[in-house]
Amino acid sequence: MGESLKGLWKYLREYKKECVLGPLFKLLEAVFDLTVPVVTAMIIDKGIAHRDKEMVLCYGGVLVLLAAIGLLCSITAQYFAAKAATGFAAKLRYALFKHVETLSFTEMDEVGTSTLITRMTSDVNQLQSGVNMALRLFLRSPFIVFGAMIMAFTYDFEIALIFVAAIILLSVVVFGIMAVSTPLYKKTQGILDHVLQSTRENLTGVRVIRAFCREPEEEEEYRGKTVFLMKAQMFVGRISALTNPLTYVIVNAALILLLWRGGFRIQAGTLKQGEIVALVNYLSQILVELVKLANTIVLTNKSLACAERIEGVFSLTSSLEDHSRKNHSRPGEKTDFQKDEGEKKNAFVSGEKQQSAGTEKSVKTKLVFEHASLCYKGALEPSIQNVNLEVKEGQVIGIIGGTGSGKSTLISMIPRFYDATEGNVFVDGRNVKEWDLEKLRKKIGIVMQKAVLFKGSIRENLLWGNEDATEEEMVEALKLSQAWEFVQKKEKGLDSFIEQGGRNLSGGQKQRLGIARALVRKPEILIFDDSTSALDYVTDAKLEQGLKTLSYHPVIFMVSQRTSSIRHADQILVLEDGQVLDVGTHGELLERSKEYREIHESQYKNVGEEAADFA
Amino acid sequence: MRRKKDLAGPAGQEKNNIKKRQKKTAAKVLSYIRHYFFLAVLSLLFAAVNVVTALYLPMLTGDAVDTMLKKGAVDFILLKELLVRMGIVIGIAGASGWLMSICNNRITYCVVRDIRRDAFGKLQKLPLKYLDGHPVGDLVSRMIADVDQFADGLLMGFTQAFTGVLTILLTLVFMLRINVWITLVVVLVTPLSFFVAAFIAGRTSRMFQKQSEARGIQTDLIDEMIGNQQTVQAYGYEGKALERFGEINDKLEKYSLKATFFSSLVNPSTRFVNNIVYAGVGITGAFFAINGSLTVGGLSCFLSYANQYTKPFNEISGVITELQNALTCAGRVFDLIDAEEETDDGHAKERIEKTEGTVQLEHVDFSYVPDQPLIQDLNLSVESGKRVAIVGPTGCGKTTMINLIMRFYDVNAGRICIDRKDIRKLSRKNLRSQYGMVLQETWLKDGTVLENLMFGKEDATREEVMEAAKLSHAHSFIKRLPKGYDTVIRENGENLSQGQRQLLCIARVFLLKPPMLILDEATSSIDTRTEMKIQSAFGRLMEGRTSFIVAHRLSTIQNADIILVMKDGKIVEQGNHESLLKQDGFYAELYRKI
Repeated sequence: MGESLKGLWKYLREYKKECVLGPLFKLLEAVFDLTVPVVTAMIIDKGIAHRDKEMVLCYGGVLVLLAAIGLLCSITAQYFAAKAATGFAAKLRYALFKHVETLSFTEMDEVGTSTLITRMTSDVNQLQSGVNMALRLFLRSPFIVFGAMIMAFTYDFEIALIFVAAIILLSVVVFGIMAVSTPLYKKTQGILDHVLQSTRENLTGVRVIRAFCREPEEEEEYRGKTVFLMKAQMFVGRISALTNPLTYVIVNAALILLLWRGGFRIQAGTLKQGEIVALVNYLSQILVELVKLANTIVLTNKSLACAERIEGVFSLTSSLEDHSRKNHSRPGEKTDFQKDEGEKKNAFVSGEKQQSAGTEKSVKTKLVFEHASLCYKGALEPSIQNVNLEVKEGQVIGIIGGTGSGKSTLISMIPRFYDATEGNVFVDGRNVKEWDLEKLRKKIGIVMQKAVLFKGSIRENLLWGNEDATEEEMVEALKLSQAWEFVQKKEKGLDSFIEQGGRNLSGGQKQRLGIARALVRKPEILIFDDSTSALDYVTDAKLEQGLKTLSYHPVIFMVSQRTSSIRHADQILVLEDGQVLDVGTHGELLERSKEYREIHESQYKNVGEEAADFA
Repeated sequence: MRRKKDLAGPAGQEKNNIKKRQKKTAAKVLSYIRHYFFLAVLSLLFAAVNVVTALYLPMLTGDAVDTMLKKGAVDFILLKELLVRMGIVIGIAGASGWLMSICNNRITYCVVRDIRRDAFGKLQKLPLKYLDGHPVGDLVSRMIADVDQFADGLLMGFTQAFTGVLTILLTLVFMLRINVWITLVVVLVTPLSFFVAAFIAGRTSRMFQKQSEARGIQTDLIDEMIGNQQTVQAYGYEGKALERFGEINDKLEKYSLKATFFSSLVNPSTRFVNNIVYAGVGITGAFFAINGSLTVGGLSCFLSYANQYTKPFNEISGVITELQNALTCAGRVFDLIDAEEETDDGHAKERIEKTEGTVQLEHVDFSYVPDQPLIQDLNLSVESGKRVAIVGPTGCGKTTMINLIMRFYDVNAGRICIDRKDIRKLSRKNLRSQYGMVLQETWLKDGTVLENLMFGKEDATREEVMEAAKLSHAHSFIKRLPKGYDTVIRENGENLSQGQRQLLCIARVFLLKPPMLILDEATSSIDTRTEMKIQSAFGRLMEGRTSFIVAHRLSTIQNADIILVMKDGKIVEQGNHESLLKQDGFYAELYRKI
């Protein structure tokens, strides 16, 4: 069934029994279907010709029996097919989800989350019905077509040749038209997508279009597009409309030939009347099954395309080297042993290095960037270049710069969302690439630009940070993140329900809960990725105060566009276009960095020292 | 007992309503088809010819079989004549079938085009109230997916419903002509397959519902976990996520198996009924043949009729659901097409030729929802060339003002005047061309930079466009784009930054040189240096023009001649910066906070 299914084959292999039994019973049913004309011929040639009513009843009974056995076979086949298809799909979905979870962001960016979601849902569904259909029909249809032909050979060689010719001609017509029309259908689908896009565009831009009084032009443009679509649809429609009449004519032309030759055979006495009737029946069975086969092939093709796309997801492997995770990507392979070994080795190395790092210095160095650069896959230039930075324990680091200057890129190298493409990042004296991912990330609490919350209670969301957090720890974190005030007011407090994506909370509330989640973790490194801009000034200031009182003195990275949020930092990095322009304290930078001064002044101009913006 | 009745009441009512709606929709569909009346008649004609000839063929086949009774007794003259006749009939049947398909194709796609056109034309005329109240995705899916589904249904309905019914009727007639009793066997047994199918479908639908519920939950989970993978991985939640996924996955597998299996019982069952019919015809036919009242050819003819007769019955349940589906889809599009339009302004009484630029709001009342008054008795007088800043916390309804001034929405009471003329007496086109508008959501069309800049002024020269781009600080970055002014902006302008998009929108307005301005300052996601460029472009644009600005920056507010302070959808204060500070009200509070 094609090369592309090879990788997915193993999920189906678990249903070997079903995959064999399903088509087998389908085949049995087909055998009974093929027997019907033979029995009918008997009724005519033995029953009617000899005026034997008992014989008629007897063969009639056989017909009913055949129908009943056929039904049983068919139901059995349907069950096995359904079982194999749904089981296959479930296994596949599970493996797919598991695999996607291990992907790093380089791959996620490349494919896009919405695509991955489509692969996991509609593509798998399509594949499921494809497998189901294929198990049911792929054997049956060809079997009946060739079975009918073979039956014809048992009656008469010359007439069977008519069958052969008809089958060849029918195949040419059915598959030829399909081959021509499939790409055309794809093309019309493309045009339809275009029409869809203009519709969406018009709706999202309705205010602008009306403000510029462009309604008539937009309508005119749309008209053009719909006419184009209609013409394309009609063209392909006209071609595929040929299938039915052409096959009809071919089959019936064969019928005329069959009757003419049949006349001679009967005249010569080599064939009987009932056998002619049986041959006529076979001829019409061929047509029905060929059409079914064509439809199955269309569906299978679609499913194969889906399978290829799914296979594409499996072929993505995380670009991050991680010893603990490497073996997760494919299920069904027992590698737990190897995994354990790898982890032990890791732990050993890590302990050694940590020790040596610890004894060397009095104030421990927590984190080092060493000529670190990161160039996203497919990008021409690195998003951040040559970062050198040494961070001591307990330090606060500010990072400032415009959009696209590389702020988020810089910090994304710490939890290894992306790997540095050049240079290295060290945490606790050890290259992050050598850390076990899970252990590394456990050290880090990160608050994103847009806080992401999950469906469930506030408590459940906080537990993401630390599974073993006590009630007191949670409340403490909430208080620190200035979230306790509104959580407390909620009827159910910590157990209040959060809808998917935190829809029932305001932006500021979500942000504060996101901060609390990071704090519950009591991380060694706390990263705020421009996450305080959604907070008002008072909250922001209170949070800043609170962070100073943390008993565990984490390293804090504060990414911001506002100089006010980072002015008290121990070191501030000024970024522009992926370059680190300067590093220093607020005072130092105001004195010597033109860019920093510009940013600072653009926020404080006109309105004295303390104001920025309303938003 | 009573409760049961109560429950049945509204449900029955609803059923009635649905039926009524479907009738209405069907009538509307017919009114679209009426434009292609001639084609529709042709299609029906070809269909009739096709069915008659196709049904005549088995009879000829039967006759042909009857010419060859046994060894040495074949009537070749008659056989030849019958075969020639068969050839002609086959030709006619094939040709008419093809022509029918072509007619149906044409009707369907033309109707679909007409509906899409009407719907799109409607979008241009619908009040924004309607458009704001319906999510974009919903409207798009009505115009694309629903119309498509409708087309499929219409095509199938056309090709199969009519021919199906005709086939059933004609077969019945033909069969009756040959033998009444065998016909009775066929007629009595065949509907069984219909009932069997309906019975199974009823049982299956519950399973399907459970399957789609489980599928929905699973998709939600996938959406949440994969969509936010960064957070999931940062907090090491992968294992738990997989566990939750596995749970729902097992459930889905179970329901899916049941739904798939039960639904796939329909085909074998109906086929079983057909086979029983076949056997019945075979036995009774053979008895009649033995009695001599039926020829073998007649029996063979009957057998193929029996097959043909049951086929439409098997298909009909599918056709009916498809048609019902199509009607529902069409109904959704027609809801859009039949929605109430904006009031016609074709005969506007007044016109503004040379704009002074004074704006008055007199005793304006407005609300989006009838019982929740938003703006009450608002009075405002703006002299020519003044700047009006609208401020307030996020979500306080600042855009409502834009909606009213541009007449995207009409006031409920009072009036808004430009140059002392009530804007409702002007045509919308005349009114809107007085304003240049830059919104926070920077909308750009699919097309080149140049096309986008010329959006408001199609006859502008390239030089004029470049001049406008220079004035709005857009020229320098446009120059650096891969193809300069001819760079194609992709959907949602993914190849441009938010700030660059904003600059393009400003340049678009610069080219127009409108008498008055409406500006919505961008709040975030633009870095402060680009922001400065945008501010400077705004400043140049506003020189000498009456301007309304939804303001987020203090600099804008302080330079404004009038400040409208909004809170919870209401204008709570108005005045200039100093007077508002003196009032020591909400504005002063806002100001002190920052």
